[in-house]
Amino acid sequence: MIARLLTAVLLVIATAIVLPAAAAELVIGLGADVTSIDPHNNNAAPNNSIAEQIFNKLIENDPRQNLKPGLAESWRAIDDLTWEFKLRKGVKFHDGSDFTAADVAYSIERPGIINTPGGFTIYTRSIVEKIIVDPFTIRLKTATPYPNMPTDMAGLSIVSSKVARGATNADFDSGKATIGTGPWKFVRYAKGDRIELVRNDSYWGPKPAWDKVTFRLITSDPSRIAALLAGDVQMIEVVPTADFARLKTNKDITVFTTVSNRMIHLHLDSNRDKSPFITDKAGKPLDKNPLKDARVRKAFSKAINRNAIVERVMEGLAIPAGQLMPEGFFGVSPNLKAEVFDPEGAKKLLTEAGYPDGFGITLHGPNNRYVNDEQIVQAVAQMLTRVGIATKVEALPFSVYVSRANKIEFSVALLGWGVTTGEATYPLRSLAATYSQPKGLGTWNWGRYSNPQMDALLEQGLATVDNAKREKLLQQATELLINDAGLIPLHYQVNTWAARKGLVYVPRTDERTYAHEVRPVP
Amino acid sequence: MSTSGVETPFRRVAADFAESRLAIAGLAMLILILIVAIGAPLVSPQNPYDLATLDIMDSKLPPGGKSLEGMTFWLGSDDQGRDMLSAIFYGLRISLGVGTLATVCALAIGLTVGLIAAWFGGWVESVIMRVVDLQLSFPSILIALVLLASLGQGVDKIVIALVAVQWAYYARTVRGAALVERNKENIEAATSLALPTSRILFNHLLPNVLPPLIVIATVQVAHAIALEATLSFLGLGMPITSPSLGLLIANGFTHLMSGKYWISLYPGIALLATIVSINLVGDQLRDVLNPRLQK
Amino acid sequence: MLVFITRRMLQSVIALLFMSVLIFIGVFAIGNPIDILINPQADQAEIARATAALGLDQPMWMQYWDFLRHALAGDLGRSFSQNMPAVQLIFERMPATVELALCAMLFAIVLGIPLGLVAGIKPDAWYSKTIMAGSIFGFSLPTFWVGLMMIMIFSVSLGWLPSTGRGHTTQLFGIPVSFLNWDGITHLMMPALNLALFKLSLLIRLTRAGTREAMLQDYVKFARAKGLPMRRIVGVHVLKNIMIPIVTVIGLEFGSLIAFAIVTETIFAWPGMGKLLIDSINVLDRPVIVAYVLIIVCLFVIINLVVDLLYSMLDPRVRLAEARA
Repeated sequence: MIARLLTAVLLVIATAIVLPAAAAELVIGLGADVTSIDPHNNNAAPNNSIAEQIFNKLIENDPRQNLKPGLAESWRAIDDLTWEFKLRKGVKFHDGSDFTAADVAYSIERPGIINTPGGFTIYTRSIVEKIIVDPFTIRLKTATPYPNMPTDMAGLSIVSSKVARGATNADFDSGKATIGTGPWKFVRYAKGDRIELVRNDSYWGPKPAWDKVTFRLITSDPSRIAALLAGDVQMIEVVPTADFARLKTNKDITVFTTVSNRMIHLHLDSNRDKSPFITDKAGKPLDKNPLKDARVRKAFSKAINRNAIVERVMEGLAIPAGQLMPEGFFGVSPNLKAEVFDPEGAKKLLTEAGYPDGFGITLHGPNNRYVNDEQIVQAVAQMLTRVGIATKVEALPFSVYVSRANKIEFSVALLGWGVTTGEATYPLRSLAATYSQPKGLGTWNWGRYSNPQMDALLEQGLATVDNAKREKLLQQATELLINDAGLIPLHYQVNTWAARKGLVYVPRTDERTYAHEVRPVP
Repeated sequence: MSTSGVETPFRRVAADFAESRLAIAGLAMLILILIVAIGAPLVSPQNPYDLATLDIMDSKLPPGGKSLEGMTFWLGSDDQGRDMLSAIFYGLRISLGVGTLATVCALAIGLTVGLIAAWFGGWVESVIMRVVDLQLSFPSILIALVLLASLGQGVDKIVIALVAVQWAYYARTVRGAALVERNKENIEAATSLALPTSRILFNHLLPNVLPPLIVIATVQVAHAIALEATLSFLGLGMPITSPSLGLLIANGFTHLMSGKYWISLYPGIALLATIVSINLVGDQLRDVLNPRLQK
Repeated sequence: MLVFITRRMLQSVIALLFMSVLIFIGVFAIGNPIDILINPQADQAEIARATAALGLDQPMWMQYWDFLRHALAGDLGRSFSQNMPAVQLIFERMPATVELALCAMLFAIVLGIPLGLVAGIKPDAWYSKTIMAGSIFGFSLPTFWVGLMMIMIFSVSLGWLPSTGRGHTTQLFGIPVSFLNWDGITHLMMPALNLALFKLSLLIRLTRAGTREAMLQDYVKFARAKGLPMRRIVGVHVLKNIMIPIVTVIGLEFGSLIAFAIVTETIFAWPGMGKLLIDSINVLDRPVIVAYVLIIVCLFVIINLVVDLLYSMLDPRVRLAEARA
């Protein structure tokens, strides 16, 4: 009996040892949990990053988030209300079937018919009609002029209309319905642990350099670094700022960085007569809201030493911000620079506004959402204290924080905004436009900042299809907002990756980690 | 044990205690730590909880580094420019306070509830023990998160969270031990003599359930401090501008692999020293005080 | 006996109901799941749609009533974030955690009780003192700190063990387990030890305390006087006497090992239930949290039942009829 057991155990061990040492296998450590493989289930960045490697979109983003042809070879607006997409010919799904316009039509329908929380209908609901002209031409009609159609189509994965029809979320997680046109084919998804993909040898674009890729979910930052140092993974994303300097000097490791589309900023409660967390210096509630005064808001901005935050808190892995998006994005104003640190100027503005001795305030921020979020809030609090504003800090878990912030319970609140669309209407309408339920504007305007002049420019921009005209309008709107200190930008994050020596990755502004863009050093 | 003079209970305990050199060393260390913790505002070079005294430009300096204003950071500075030495002194104060207070409260509640359950039995016991089951299966992070969301941040909320997490543990242990004791001869004798319930509970039952409880309690003070550190690690702990020892360790955690060892290591050593000394003293005290171990 | 178990079960059903109400109120107090789940690109109309889609626009008592109706039909709801039945999600992750907890408990018992016995029988010997001093380290430092230190030493510096993850699994009765192949075992060792440390220290201390007392009891003295061999005295008399508190604690600790291995699982990227719980709490995925806690309540109820039954076996003086609970 024991002998039998022993042989069994030995056999198991032996099989474990002779596991095929796969040629050219890549293992990547991811920093956030992937909750589903269904590309239309939950519109969250970690999920999208995986889905976009198995599925394609009509339009893809290049590493700087410029639009480039994906499954659509070209697109144009034939009139103010119609967009036409010419599709790529000869593309095959992983099951060998052909990709046609019917798949596009179905993929646009699907987000609206499956019941999910963070859905993809935001990309599809402007479309009132889909016209399949021929198998490789599709026209999308909208009710009002809609310039953002290409950006929206750069967010929607195309599934197979045959396989995905009626498929559930579970069918995608098991692989049954996970049939795309992308560079990788699905192998296995072990929840909370790993995702395994193999190369799609009949991919229409450049072939991946690896036969197989495994994404391991290692959400604890130091553990992810340790896994890289120990050689258990060959590449990791989201390198913690604290470890970056040391990794950079490590001879076995290469690091890759680029500016992120994510801007960290403060919302100031600027439209109410009283603000919940503003007191006099003794701690008694103030019956006036100093933040209504643009001079006080400007003083806040001047009091903040952005270079110190970048250098000390972010260890250099950030760029001081002067507007909503870093250089190179659509709608960035050439006239805006990051506010210069000027404590004397800040004190002067406070005096002018009638607060020569400052007042008391509590800053709120999350403590588990953005890179070093609670350290940033603390540093800002230090700086405000130095110009005479007695500042307290409360850092909360995001789950508690976001609900309270949405109810406008704070006086100053920190938020990070990733401009996934790569253009300025998105941050302007979400963060800065006057809050309006029917118009769907100002959804995340936590300061309830309101500037009718800016609203008018933005609304005009949202309906202008001509690119040059639209960009001008958006630049003007941004300048109005920033010069009025409607919100206070702090910095743009920097996206980071680290890999074992011998690998190269083209770093991306959109925080995606694409295995097919990891290549061995030539 | 041949000390001169009269044999008072205190002297006897003191003499027994002094038999272990390790315990004496532990006691000395504990006294030192207590002095430092209580006198933190007096012995610290800086008030680490006052944002006006901190400068971000002084952050992450190695041990011995000098601040812009010329102050020396003997143990380095943390990521906000806090003097580590001062932060550890202040942090010790909070952690010890929180750990002790939470353990005492949880012990008191657990002991009472556990004894009541074991003594009265019947539906009282059923109700109490089911509540204990519930409490034990309620995740401590969820408790902490709910408290944080509904009551806000603060030292008192952490103590409440720790008590809420730990009392059931004591209750269950006490009841287990008391059930056994209840059926032993001396209790049965006392019951048959019709002694008042309170007297039986306190004079007969309590002393006999205490030994295992004290073992757990000395461990649990340490556990409470570590749990507070874990809550901080999960973002549910102290306010970040007044860090406890646990929060310092949790903050330093992100710097463990960065080479800036002092941000995490020194608070860790302080915590270790505290807990080791508490337990050295606790172990010896328990042996000395336990009437059944008297030779 | 049967009456005892039935009554206990009935009580537990009430406990479950009570618990589900508590969690509903608790999660409601923390925040609104939609605020976290929704894509930031969504506007007010889309937020309203998603809220309605998850039934979160209903008043709380209505949501609870809905939950209760479905729960009675055996459906504890679908995860908000993963769009899967919550129970299925939890059971998928359970084997990994149970395996880890069993392994940790094994470490704790196999090392803890003998070490505690040794330290209790010869309390003044140098090795006993070393054991006791060493045991202090087990609970002095927070788990996450020790866990990362272990990774740094054994994976990064020495390269002996893999740093994180579960490694290769083998099917055993249809359940994936790690302990049947070498790769799996190497992945299992560090997290299990990390999880075991605190329990190990506790067991050493409890066993030692119990042993010291037992050694001075009349019957042990008597047995020694009678000249019984030490092995028999310890193995039969001492062990039996110290078993009650130890069994209680093992029971409790095993429950908490399974339920709350959150920190260890996070540090070692171990795909178990604890990781699922913390992820779900972070996004306020209420169906998963409710289902999780209800499953854990059941687990504790069963463990407590087993512990109480064990009491009566270990010590005939405790009769179930009397324990009644």
